[in-house]
Amino acid sequence: MKGKYNPISLAAFLSLILYGVPAGAMHISEGILPAKWAGLWIILSVPFLFMGVRELKIRSAGSPHYKALVGLVGAAVFIISCMPIPVPIAGSCSHPCGTGIAAIIIGPWVTVVISSVALLLQALFLAHGGLSTLGADIFSMGVAGAFVGYGVFKLAKRMGVPAVIAAFLAGISSDWGTYTVTSLELSTALGTSSEWLNMFSVILISFMPTQIPLGIFEGFLAAGAYKFIHSRRPELLKPFNDKAIVGGAQ
Amino acid sequence: MIMIKKVHLMAMVLVVAVSCIAADRALGAQWAGVDETVIEKYAEEAGRSPRDPFINTDQGDLLLFVFLLAGSVGGFIGGYYFRILFHEKNNIAAANNP
Repeated sequence: MKGKYNPISLAAFLSLILYGVPAGAMHISEGILPAKWAGLWIILSVPFLFMGVRELKIRSAGSPHYKALVGLVGAAVFIISCMPIPVPIAGSCSHPCGTGIAAIIIGPWVTVVISSVALLLQALFLAHGGLSTLGADIFSMGVAGAFVGYGVFKLAKRMGVPAVIAAFLAGISSDWGTYTVTSLELSTALGTSSEWLNMFSVILISFMPTQIPLGIFEGFLAAGAYKFIHSRRPELLKPFNDKAIVGGAQ
Repeated sequence: MIMIKKVHLMAMVLVVAVSCIAADRALGAQWAGVDETVIEKYAEEAGRSPRDPFINTDQGDLLLFVFLLAGSVGGFIGGYYFRILFHEKNNIAAANNP
């Protein structure tokens, strides 16, 4: 079946990227986190990376198209996560994460791996994020974004929500989940023990004018990607968790 | 069919133009990323200023070049695997099932 495209959506997408400038978003810049907090987030991220690499090896051995799918999704996450989008109502720019739809397609564990690669490249060459804050960025975008998005998708499907709508919800929730965790990372590291919760609220509210509309945009992105893949190669969306390390039904 | 394609093209150009104009006139903002307007703002208030990146490409037009390069490479990789997954498989299947 020949794929169809929506020219209005494509035009809107082009208009957004045309006005993009190199800018960051949930990436925490180099040196912002104190060493002990930077180290903590690295330690918390490592087990997910380990499991993700293991899952990648198992899936690649069991499915001929899986590596190509990971390559495609990895490239997409890299581009999406450094693609600044101006949000007119906020007057600032931010970027989607792409981890929600990635988790739906290749699984949340492998999404952590590709997010880590993307974040490392961005920290090294794009002045986007930092090496000392890599663990925190991996945990917020790779871990939180992937697992929140994936969890919402599975929950929505179990509740009988159509798959495309579930993908839409996954896109939104992965974006908002990422920035919620970013707010937590900043407030716990920068705030005092008595004021971190207040700081968390303030930072989270500061993200909202940009991330609420951008999260909705990411929801449409996720839904559109899901619908496209389902119409062209539905077998690529075949449950992968029949052989997953962590079980679960489709 | 040709008329429909022209309408689509005109609609695309119109949406792009309107969106760009709207972005230009909205709030007179500087379009800074939220890493500056939120993250670095609260970090500096807490006494944690950001350091220069390990490899500081944020110099002149160098960063634009690097972003362009990254986008090109990422786009090529994505397009390569897109073709494998969504084009070549279909052609093989069609050839096997005439």
